[in-house]
Amino acid sequence: MFRLIAKRLLQLLPTLFFVSVLIFSLQQLLPGDPALVMAGEEATPEVLAEIRARYHLDQPLPVQYLYWIGGVLTGDLGVSMRLRAPVGELILQKLPITLHLAFMAMFIALLIGIPAGVVSAVKRDSWIDYLVNVIALAGISTPNFWLGIMLILLFAVNLGWLPASGYVSPFVDLQRSLATTILPAIVLGTAIAGVIMRHTRSAMLQAMESDYVRTARAKGLYERVVVWKHAMRNALTPVITLGALEFGVLLSGAVLTEQIFSIPGFGKLIVDAVFNRDYAVVQGVVLITACTYILLNLLADIGYILANPRLRP
Amino acid sequence: MTTVSHPAPPAIDAAEELVIESPRKRAWRRLRRRPPAMVALVVVALIVFAAIFAPLIAPYDPTEQSWTSVRQPPSLAHWFGTDENGRDVFSRVLYGTRASLAAGVVSILIAVMFGVPLGLLAGYLGGWTDAVMSRLTDAMLAIPFLILAIALAAFLGPNLTNAMIAIGISATPIFIRLTRGQVLATKSEDYVEAARSVGNPHWRIALRHVLPNVMPPLLVQVTLTIAAAVIAEASLSFLGLGQQPPMPSWGSMLNSAQRFLSNAPWMAIFPGIAIFITVLSFNVLGDGLRDALDPRSK
Repeated sequence: MFRLIAKRLLQLLPTLFFVSVLIFSLQQLLPGDPALVMAGEEATPEVLAEIRARYHLDQPLPVQYLYWIGGVLTGDLGVSMRLRAPVGELILQKLPITLHLAFMAMFIALLIGIPAGVVSAVKRDSWIDYLVNVIALAGISTPNFWLGIMLILLFAVNLGWLPASGYVSPFVDLQRSLATTILPAIVLGTAIAGVIMRHTRSAMLQAMESDYVRTARAKGLYERVVVWKHAMRNALTPVITLGALEFGVLLSGAVLTEQIFSIPGFGKLIVDAVFNRDYAVVQGVVLITACTYILLNLLADIGYILANPRLRP
Repeated sequence: MTTVSHPAPPAIDAAEELVIESPRKRAWRRLRRRPPAMVALVVVALIVFAAIFAPLIAPYDPTEQSWTSVRQPPSLAHWFGTDENGRDVFSRVLYGTRASLAAGVVSILIAVMFGVPLGLLAGYLGGWTDAVMSRLTDAMLAIPFLILAIALAAFLGPNLTNAMIAIGISATPIFIRLTRGQVLATKSEDYVEAARSVGNPHWRIALRHVLPNVMPPLLVQVTLTIAAAVIAEASLSFLGLGQQPPMPSWGSMLNSAQRFLSNAPWMAIFPGIAIFITVLSFNVLGDGLRDALDPRSK
């Protein structure tokens, strides 16, 4: 088991190397002199020289990369040009807000997606199945930023039930926290609920046709016991793995959702950085997002092996 | 002498007719049997028509401002109302189709142009080429689609062309991985072995024998990726990284609509519905194509 995990970890190293090269290369896409682009047209020669020295822009590219990756490996993601603060610190401040939102969204997605997928599979080819499939497809096809705007229009502007923007930490005021995060969490969650529903349905259909379900039925068990205890338990393993991978989608979605609801999280950090040409922050956010995704991928793999004895060596 | 009566030769039944049916015809026949996919195909055709003939269909110039009709609700004169500068929302939604479809088509062209040859090389050559290509693909896939597109658009500069390039690059790894997987499954088939044994060069085997068999899943992926590209373009334009004012784009229309939600909600409703219908149509068409091209389906 440990050998298997160690092997997976080793396999990650080249991927992480390429991720770092890709993110470092982003800087090379800047048109013209990167120092001038970073500092702005009115920068003095002293400021330009300082930027070139700080980012080693006067060195050959491989050397620049080595300096950059050396910094990353020691926890130095650079300094924000606008906020004059280390990028690592900024990310650590903002990430918990986005994770809070992402966990709530995932909870909503599982709450909707799994029961809908199970019912759809059990009632295969019935009107319920068609309805659930249509809703899932509509959920996948709805741009989440538009859904966010429509929910603000309904619940904040027309009904006045919930605030249209802002964020309150659950450690400060739980009720207000729930009021500020429920709409963004629904927006993010419904996008994934459709995907989870489709995977649950397909995994359940496979499980319902398997030998152990036939045996359970032959033993005379109630259908609900067969469905919920035998079939669903096995069908959920790949779904939960998928749930872990969908976290990447949540981080992507958070960029737009946080913008719409003015939530000062990870997503808003990258958007603000983009408009302020704060490239170190953009690179830092992309790097952390990619590493989070790779880590979740690894945890999902390990979880899958742990949950499925047949995959163990 | 006894005469042996032979049964009359059986008429060629439907199953035998199917054997000689070309794969393209078979897929089209199966697709036609799926009403949702056919409806989606018609809607996609209408959207393409609207994009091409927008100047003929649109009742107003999409950039023409009218200070006497600012934020007018939907009426006979302005079907979808007007925006904060008195511009006709229907005309802008119609012209916005161009930005969305252009983003879908151009980004797909980029993704296919790079993704398919690279996937073909990785799958066909194997070894180090495959190992390096696969790790590179893993690395690109580790960065969520939209975040990669935002980062690329940020570094390239905010405009529609760069947004399309960014979306195309972000979609490329999916095509590398898909093509590679299909090539691996195809290259050990008997007909490929046969082509190799008669001395065909590698490039000929890859292009003439392997690539055509990779096409059906690629076609499905193209349809689904256009849907993702339409949402990505709208997202980038919403953030200000895509189509720049005054030219209309559904995403940038939604961005400005946000400020007038309480007194001009139509500004947000119609561009959103346009994105939803377009994305839904491509998704339904993609699902239909997947079923129609699946050899196991009837």
